[in-house]
Amino acid sequence: MILSRLASSQSDRRFWLGFIASALVLCLLVPLLNALPEGSALHLPNYMIPLLGKYLCYAVLALALDLVWGYCGVLSLGHSAFFALGGYVMGMHLMRAIGTRGVYGNAELPDFMVFLNWKSLPWYWFGFDQFWFAAVMVVLVPGALAFVFGWLAFRSRITGVYLSIITQAMTYALMLAFFRNEMGFGGNNGLTDFKDLLGFDLSQGSTKMGLYLASAILLGGSLLLLRHVVATKLGRVMMALRDAESRVRFLGYSTTHAKLFAFTLSAMLAGVAGALYVPQVGIINPSEFSPANSIEVAIWVAVGGRGTLVGAILGALSVNAAKTWLTGAAPEVWLFFLGALFILVTLLLPKGLMGLKKRFSKAEEGHV
Amino acid sequence: MSENYYIEEASQSDKVAAGSILYLDGVTVSFDGFRALNELSLVIAPGELRTIIGPNGAGKTTMMDVITGKTRPDKGDVLFDGQIDLTRLDESRIANLGIGRKFQKPTVFENLTVFENLELAMKSRRGIFFTLRHKLDAEARDRIAEVLKTVGLTGKEGWQAGALSHGQKQWLEIGILLMQDQRVLLLDEPVAGLTDAETEATAQLILDLAKQPDRSLVVVEHDMEFVRALGSKVTVLHEGSVLAEGPLDEVQNNPRVVEVYLGR
Repeated sequence: MILSRLASSQSDRRFWLGFIASALVLCLLVPLLNALPEGSALHLPNYMIPLLGKYLCYAVLALALDLVWGYCGVLSLGHSAFFALGGYVMGMHLMRAIGTRGVYGNAELPDFMVFLNWKSLPWYWFGFDQFWFAAVMVVLVPGALAFVFGWLAFRSRITGVYLSIITQAMTYALMLAFFRNEMGFGGNNGLTDFKDLLGFDLSQGSTKMGLYLASAILLGGSLLLLRHVVATKLGRVMMALRDAESRVRFLGYSTTHAKLFAFTLSAMLAGVAGALYVPQVGIINPSEFSPANSIEVAIWVAVGGRGTLVGAILGALSVNAAKTWLTGAAPEVWLFFLGALFILVTLLLPKGLMGLKKRFSKAEEGHV
Repeated sequence: MSENYYIEEASQSDKVAAGSILYLDGVTVSFDGFRALNELSLVIAPGELRTIIGPNGAGKTTMMDVITGKTRPDKGDVLFDGQIDLTRLDESRIANLGIGRKFQKPTVFENLTVFENLELAMKSRRGIFFTLRHKLDAEARDRIAEVLKTVGLTGKEGWQAGALSHGQKQWLEIGILLMQDQRVLLLDEPVAGLTDAETEATAQLILDLAKQPDRSLVVVEHDMEFVRALGSKVTVLHEGSVLAEGPLDEVQNNPRVVEVYLGR
């Protein structure tokens, strides 16, 4: 008992050291390096800031998936849908914030609606001129979809590969729907040409830095929130149902409710990540719903090590860094690389990078 | 607990079987034309220890599935405590009513520690938001320590359950049932794969458990030595219905039983 508590406080200490060190790097070192004069060897170019911010949003998405996959054993291959929905909600607000500065100068209607000859704003666009309304919707829309979808799926006891397939179908259906101009979300082109957010000009370096820092804070906050959730008794119920679901039912817990809680919370986090992603990349379009995107998220989590929250972050950051580098250096090999990576991790590193770390530390202990 | 009150209210059966804790009448379950249970009728009294034997495919596990809500019967009545219709409730609700189950294959949470396995099983409210905020108090820790001692796992509470031996897993699962503090325990082959010494100890444990007057136990077992050690009333199942019922000696001498089961 005492021994296990000591060990847990030791790993606790290691976690906090890592957390604070990462926070210092992300929130102090990065802005500092960016502020260095352009000629300096250590100068971090401006274009890197939104890129890093994008990675951090992806890391939040990976964390969200890890909660349902790594802890509840529910492999959702539709998590990009929640990310994209959060992104669309933010995009709608940014579109309304353009006001009369659009090409057609229409104060009410976004450009694409004027182009389609629409006369008035569809009812579901009402309220999005208000930031607070959009902020609420960023959480509510993906959360509501996840709640309804999860309720139907988990109540019918759809698990394993069947669940993965219907989540793929869900994101694919959303992609097709958002491609349609009649949906009123900009069709093929999606939403773009954003000008400002809360009055801050999105083309300004300082705004980009602000969004990047917001992403870093979101990531840190999400990590701490999920770390708390999985350490509660409910977290142990989740891990238990991942390993022996019917046993958990016979203990009197509703596994439907536990999974639904995780799935909905996860979708909400994914939505917030998507909402911070969109102003940094400047566009949201239906391709974000593409089934392949969701599969890529699962690969990040697998590479980092599912069931370890830090692993999900490491996986998302490392795979995306590799992607940025490879798609620049040799774009034709990227998909092969991604496929090979997934196969190698599955075969050689079933616990991902975090498993590798554990193996090394065990070897060290062995030498001592 | 108000939650249970509503459940009982909702599934109050129009039939009443006074003086029974479990009451099965005319229960039939078919899978693709195969009748796993065929007009099965069985009554367990409060505080009773009952052993159920029967050849493979006699319907023993299906019977437990029906009682615990895993399988819905095609027809027949299944009543708990003389009045609650179990056929309308799902597994978790039935578990919360007071029916616990040990699986044929020992089923514990392998990636959690022994302590955590027992903690999850401990009787408490099962709602999501309650579980999210739940903290263990000293009383609960004492209770876990007590059960650890009962099932002989003291000192192993920090172990991952997956690292336990087969016998220890069987006992941990019994410990899980004890933590739930259920009124009915259904034990599906509790000594399968155990050594003789472990089997003996398990029999003693079950007899101790049966001493509590408000707890009923239903044990399904193949091991005749073990059945004899329990010394309870025996029910023989065959092809989904009851073939014979009575003390072991009487049952063993029943010509029909000898024919279908023991005489082979």
